[in-house]
Amino acid sequence: MGKFRKEGKKEVPQVSTSSLPDIVYMLIFFFMITTSMRDVELKVKTSMPKATEIQKLERKALVSSIYIGPPRDAKLGTESRIQLDDAFARPADIADWIQKERDSRSEADRPLLTTALKVHKDTRMGVVTDVKQELRKVGAFRINYTTLKGSALEN
Amino acid sequence: MARKTPEINSSSQADIAFLLLCFFLMTTSMDVDYGITRRLPPPVEQNDEDVKVKERNVMNVMVNKSDKLLVNGRPSDISLLKDEAKRFMTPRPNDETAPEVETKHFDMLGDVLMSKGVISLQNDRGTSYAMYISVQNELARAFNELKEEMAKQKFGKTLDQLTDDQTKAINEAVPVRVSEAEPVVYGAN
Repeated sequence: MGKFRKEGKKEVPQVSTSSLPDIVYMLIFFFMITTSMRDVELKVKTSMPKATEIQKLERKALVSSIYIGPPRDAKLGTESRIQLDDAFARPADIADWIQKERDSRSEADRPLLTTALKVHKDTRMGVVTDVKQELRKVGAFRINYTTLKGSALEN
Repeated sequence: MARKTPEINSSSQADIAFLLLCFFLMTTSMDVDYGITRRLPPPVEQNDEDVKVKERNVMNVMVNKSDKLLVNGRPSDISLLKDEAKRFMTPRPNDETAPEVETKHFDMLGDVLMSKGVISLQNDRGTSYAMYISVQNELARAFNELKEEMAKQKFGKTLDQLTDDQTKAINEAVPVRVSEAEPVVYGAN
């Protein structure tokens, strides 16, 4: 019986790593497709209030965001400021900004453009009202108050 | 005799791929934004006549600069707002103080009793955004509960089980009638 047994030490074969790059590439492609680089550097704090009756913002390409909140730089005070793209702005700048956002979208997408208001919860409504009035003037009627998930009674 | 080209060593391919993977792992942000979607009304013309709405059809919700609520002139609380709004918007044909009702026919729902009530929301420039969102959320919750009830009554299902057509019909039968008053400056900021 013993003659069937192989001579010498039994070695565990090495695990082949040749498929490792393939696996990693697969992961890369996944992250490359899902990635969306943060396109603006936030200059204001936007800690948003909570709400329950919320909808998902579909098609991120059709959303332009206005950030409102107290400046991150403490030297600029605590009064809420408006940030469009990368810079602070005044309510009067919104009309031009909306026009610019519209021009950068295709003709068919323009009516579907949504303005997301990302507002810090301690902001006073005065600023928000000014922004909303400007949006009404230029006909950007679709807005979204971006919030977190959670009970609104805790705000 | 053709010279054999040496094979390119591919053992570093994995390292390169890992490097790229790390980069995309770091930069990726898969946060999905959620929020309350609203449609702003078109700007009002200066010479537009005020649309007369009967007093019994309007529920006035006011929020002052210290985030206190006033519902139809009486102080209220955010925790009561949802039920007050729901009670107001529920059609009650025999109640003289409730908003007027009308019967409308929908293909999918049959005859539906609809309230003519409107909720008017007014806030001060000094109201905090968190309070404003809470109020908007509570009002939206009232309407969503009404829709839920109608879905149960007409189709015997919850709202998210309905087909697109059924959801559309419910949305038409229970319109979200929240109107935001034109901003007025009272001086406080």
